Amino acid sequence: MSITDTDAIVIGGGLHGTSTAMHLALKGMRPIVIEKNSVGRHASGVNAGGVRQLLRDPAEIPLSMAAMDRWLDLESLLGRYAAMCEFVGHIGQVAVAETEADMRKLEARAAEIRALGWNHEELVDRQELRRLLPAVADHCIGGLVSRRDGQATPYLTSQAFRLRAIELGVRFVEGVRVTGLEHGTRWRVLTTDSIFTSEILINCGGAWAWQTASLVGETLPRGYFAATMMVTGRMPSFVDPVVIGTGRQLSFKQTSTGTVVIGGGILGIADLTKETADPVAERMRVSAETCSILFPIMRRATIVRAWAGLEARMPDQIPVIGPSQTAPNMWHAFGFSGHGFQLSTIVGSLLADLIVDGRSPLPLDAFRPSRFSEAISGVG
Amino acid sequence: MSNEHHDLAIVGAGPAGMAAAVTAAELGLDTVVLDEQQAPGGQIYRNIEALERGGHIEKLGDDYRRGAELAGALRASTATYCPGSVVWQTSPDGRIGLTGPDGARMVHARRILLATGAMERPVPIPGWTLPGVMGVGAAQTLFKASDIVPNVPVVIAGSGPLIYLVALQLARAGCTIAALLVTTPASRIASALKELPRALLAGRNLLKGVGWVQEVRRLGIPLANGVSGLRIDGKDRAEGISYEADGSRHRLAAGLVLLHEGVIPDNQLSLSTRCQQIWDAAQLCWRPATDEWGATSEERIAIAGDGAGILGALAAENLGRLAALDTAFRLDCIDQAERDRRARPERAALARHKRIRPLLDRLFQPAAESLLPTDPDTIICRCEEVTVAQMREAVHLGGEDPNRAKIFTRCGMGPCQGRMCGPTVASLIAHETGRTMAAVGTYRIRVPVRPIPLMTLAGLIGEEEGLPPGESTL
Amino acid sequence: MFRRSHTPSAGVVIYVDGKPVHAAAEESVAAAMLVAGFTSFRASAVSAAPRAPHCMIGNCFECLVEINGQPDRQACLTIVSDGMHVRRQAEEPGP
Repeated sequence: MSITDTDAIVIGGGLHGTSTAMHLALKGMRPIVIEKNSVGRHASGVNAGGVRQLLRDPAEIPLSMAAMDRWLDLESLLGRYAAMCEFVGHIGQVAVAETEADMRKLEARAAEIRALGWNHEELVDRQELRRLLPAVADHCIGGLVSRRDGQATPYLTSQAFRLRAIELGVRFVEGVRVTGLEHGTRWRVLTTDSIFTSEILINCGGAWAWQTASLVGETLPRGYFAATMMVTGRMPSFVDPVVIGTGRQLSFKQTSTGTVVIGGGILGIADLTKETADPVAERMRVSAETCSILFPIMRRATIVRAWAGLEARMPDQIPVIGPSQTAPNMWHAFGFSGHGFQLSTIVGSLLADLIVDGRSPLPLDAFRPSRFSEAISGVG
Repeated sequence: MSNEHHDLAIVGAGPAGMAAAVTAAELGLDTVVLDEQQAPGGQIYRNIEALERGGHIEKLGDDYRRGAELAGALRASTATYCPGSVVWQTSPDGRIGLTGPDGARMVHARRILLATGAMERPVPIPGWTLPGVMGVGAAQTLFKASDIVPNVPVVIAGSGPLIYLVALQLARAGCTIAALLVTTPASRIASALKELPRALLAGRNLLKGVGWVQEVRRLGIPLANGVSGLRIDGKDRAEGISYEADGSRHRLAAGLVLLHEGVIPDNQLSLSTRCQQIWDAAQLCWRPATDEWGATSEERIAIAGDGAGILGALAAENLGRLAALDTAFRLDCIDQAERDRRARPERAALARHKRIRPLLDRLFQPAAESLLPTDPDTIICRCEEVTVAQMREAVHLGGEDPNRAKIFTRCGMGPCQGRMCGPTVASLIAHETGRTMAAVGTYRIRVPVRPIPLMTLAGLIGEEEGLPPGESTL
Repeated sequence: MFRRSHTPSAGVVIYVDGKPVHAAAEESVAAAMLVAGFTSFRASAVSAAPRAPHCMIGNCFECLVEINGQPDRQACLTIVSDGMHVRRQAEEPGP
């Protein structure tokens, strides 16, 4: 069996794995990404595509802010592949309030993050809501908007990251599975194809990342879910911002081709072993109804496709980013719990800084992998 | 509200679906037949009951009587026949999503038999997206289902037995066939002759085909053999077709151009259900992998008829009955000995029907230009208007499998979901990368395989029952 | 482009872009429109080129029309009903 030596190996060819490899390459390393299927096959390629700062966990806000700066200057990151992402910024993301109770919830949220010193989430009244969303239903009374937010096309973004990474010297090995991890003086990664060795090992395995961790005796949360999206046929342009529900679960956006992507909490059937995620029509029904209530024009929509993607979900709904607790020179970045797409422009960069320079320019403590074992043992 | 449950749900009511339903019902299975059409028959015996009632079967030919018999048997059986039922999802767990006359609903079945039949192979030549360019089978459908025939000069181009048959059916109905342009190369005929001795054992079918060709000549329908370089012209609709024959280029005026390069399995549902597919090098198409009973890689799903590989209407009946017998066995209605005993005559008949297949497959292999278009501006994806040149570019960006090529081009993302471009995309990728079709693979197909209006989905009938939660929070 | 071989025994009237069209009972919207002389059913999504039915059995999706206010219905799989309103789909916003 052939052996390939390099300095860094990333397990998992999703956006965060690809981005981490890209940033390590920018620091002069020659990473190899090992992907069991194909790049962007799961959550990275099939998510809703919202580039969202709105309603983030406070721990994620500094990262999300920096990520958005990079989205708005995508060419610096992706060069000639930037346009491929079909990113549009400054369209805003709006949480719509249908009732007074919704509005009070949004007001409380706005107050909470203002108290933390952030001001990107702005309450809007009935009139401003209609200016932002002319097609919104009459009963909607206001909302919360983050005006810099945008959208991009996930499957194209994954490919743009891949192509840029290749340009920077990253090597992708697709359709190859990791079967074992050994650490002597260096990492030995055993796969279904051949053996790879490296100094550094990074686990970006998404819904399967806990399996990779368990190969080195590390226990991390195994939570996962299958988020379902539905897409309509082309419709006349009627909504620019990305829309989310407040009292009901919904996420909703219209793409540049006129199709409308509907997501937000519809669960499919997830099978980690078969690596499949199937939409469930019985669960899509409610989202279909919700759309038609929030946007009456959707009563004319036709659903042409639905799909689901497998994604890791952590008990506290925020990702795991940081060093392994059991193995040397091993790092984790996974568990984005359904909102990692926007963070994909920053996390790989921070992780590369952490690995190469020993420190991250933004706080990552909240994401430390050890937080779960601390919680169990009552420490920290 | 409790969900609708059946032992066996059959999708499609062509010869395979009708025969399977009759056998399954006879063996005591609670059987439901979900049919997109308004009446049984499938595409081959389309509208057969009305034609029989009106005494019009002879306009199609005596062979069609068999369809009326099957439809009668289906009606007389205890199987529940659901016309106008468009299936948009079959799940490996036996759930079926469909839209019927009363809206959308979920049906639960212990086993599913896909009897979705065949579709005409897409023929991606220059100009094939113009109005006035249709499949030969499409024109035959209009004729069979609605008694509608062309009233402009028709050019029929392509290969396969159906082009002769439809030319005759339309000519007899008083239509002007301006020409029959046959793409089968002369050299093919010599090589196909090797299969002739075995085919002769099929007897009647072969003679029937020879008879059609003679009849075409007798009626004076202009016939050109070995044509290539087909190109349809016209501004907002087809106006003419040009082609090469005998070393020179010709053009014919035509208000309607009918294309046909054989049929391929309609495997959209089996693909979306992730039934394993194999590349059939003889028939040059993908088909689901099935065993001798029609069982697939998915435990609850079986496939019978042309949807599992093209063997024709008569073989489809045998395959339908074999699948029904196996279903009854698996659901403990009959024992293995009885299944095998009842299967014997079906297998014998099937073997007879199969004898002519190697000759047909060889002789009527689709024209090379329809399998692999070379003109860079030819549209391969009708929905998203992706050209040969754009697809080649995508391959070089790393679109080395159809799913990634789709990402770069939107090829296959339109309403038809790859039905019309899937085979072409795979063959272009195979050509550009020097790999085999089997290595290149197919599109992943998403549900719903037919579009559902949002408000129809909002009114879906069917409750969650025994489904996994869709998340795990361990 | 097409004609009927026989006059249908029973018929219905549908409206295509407001124009009354006589159709045979139980036939598809696509068949009724073709025999009524409609050569274009919709404008294609990208270049707005005219398109019309190609396969007639639900595979090509070229016959998409708006039926009773619902866009993107397959005319070849939809049966006519008396008073049905059909609208040909004009150019949709391209990318």
